[in-house]
Amino acid sequence: MISINKKLALSALTTLILSACGGSSSTSTMMPIEVPDPMFTYSYQVTVTNLTYAQPMSPVALILHNEGQLWTVGEMASIALENLAESGDNSDVLAESMVLSGQGGAGLLLPGMSEVVDVSYTFTDVNNAPMMFSLATMLVNTNDAFTGVNALEINNLAIGESISLTTSSYDSGTEKNSELMATIPGPAGGGTGEGFNAERDDIDKVTMHSGIVSVDDGLMVSALTQAHRFDNPTLAIMVTRTE
Amino acid sequence: MNMLLSQTVEKTKKIKNKALLLSTALLLSTTSITQVQAQELDIQVTNLTQGIHFTPILIAAHDGDTKLFKSGEMASMALQMMAEGGDISALSAMLTTADKAENPAMGLLAPATSTSAMLSTMDSNMYLSVVAMMLPTNDGFIGLNSWKIPSEAGTYSFTINAYDAGTEANDEMITGGGAPGAAGIPAAPGMNAGTGGTGVTMTEDNAYVHIHRGSLGDDDLTGGKSDLDNTVHRWLNPVARITVTVN
Repeated sequence: MISINKKLALSALTTLILSACGGSSSTSTMMPIEVPDPMFTYSYQVTVTNLTYAQPMSPVALILHNEGQLWTVGEMASIALENLAESGDNSDVLAESMVLSGQGGAGLLLPGMSEVVDVSYTFTDVNNAPMMFSLATMLVNTNDAFTGVNALEINNLAIGESISLTTSSYDSGTEKNSELMATIPGPAGGGTGEGFNAERDDIDKVTMHSGIVSVDDGLMVSALTQAHRFDNPTLAIMVTRTE
Repeated sequence: MNMLLSQTVEKTKKIKNKALLLSTALLLSTTSITQVQAQELDIQVTNLTQGIHFTPILIAAHDGDTKLFKSGEMASMALQMMAEGGDISALSAMLTTADKAENPAMGLLAPATSTSAMLSTMDSNMYLSVVAMMLPTNDGFIGLNSWKIPSEAGTYSFTINAYDAGTEANDEMITGGGAPGAAGIPAAPGMNAGTGGTGVTMTEDNAYVHIHRGSLGDDDLTGGKSDLDNTVHRWLNPVARITVTVN
């Protein structure tokens, strides 16, 4: 960052000097010259791998931000997070006010698959470099389970450096884990399961997820089978700064 | 040593924080390992589960020889009292030279809530341990065993797992049995458990402290094998977050 800054400043300075000296020598007055604000771009390449057996992940939401958190354990989920965790729709999360730059995944991220998503932020004030990275995605064969990264500090990441981590799964606390077919938006719900519902009939606090029970493990009304069970971690993530 | 350090950093290309930790560690090892001062700590415990309560929490800073529990070893009677009945008095009495905070939540720590305690530690008490029983379980507890307290000021946050004391069969029957050796679960504070279970198992074949395999529960509030509700009383690790601020 500093080296880019110096180069830009240097070239701007050179332009100034050249234009000042390169003109005719007949005049001694220097014309004021518009120097465009330098632009900085920080880019990150994010590899996301679904580690589960049979839980497709909804299109991931990636955001760069300097403040805030997508969720806090023990506090109520935002409506944006509730929407993502119950229906898999990432649009509200990507539109959160704290988002400097956001990027959605291409589509469902199926079990065992990896996806590479790029996210960039361009800014003019050198002090406005993105400090934090967050990611969220729904485990779609659940009522309201999600996983992701919450306000990972990336401000010390140099170009070419990476951070790798795995993620645990959370319960948005906004929908009871009934596992009924009509409440599961993923394929296990038969394609007609309900997604977002503004009613909050659970504890209304974000916690770690307890896992799903399934019909094979004692919940007779469940639309889920042993195949949909999961354990932590559920995602592997690598964030590499590329610019 | 500097060259070794830079090579290591170059090679691993890991997070900068890690390099920082490494350099800090090297710095410490070459300078003043013996000059560790008494520390002022703020310790926060967060219950990360959706349906499990923690009984009174015991937080202790102690020396390297003291252990509240150890995986793969049999539980002490004091640990058994904590894990089966939530009684931390015997464990606390055992900690004669430790700095400790007992029951910071003044009772149960409900799901998705936090509690904190301040601790002034003596020079020799460089390790932190935290335990509390998980309800409703037979002998499940949250456990942090001898985490080395950093000498550098800062905030350190990490998660911990659920252990089974190995002292009682996980029958999942809520009988009020909280005394050591008495079968059954003392209580389900969330008030959403059932009755009439026939018992998930009557034996505890692994008598050593181990990672808890989780509760089974069932969907029959008046019968079945378990008195626990399988949509409420299960959990996945991790179960608690510990945040330590070294002032």
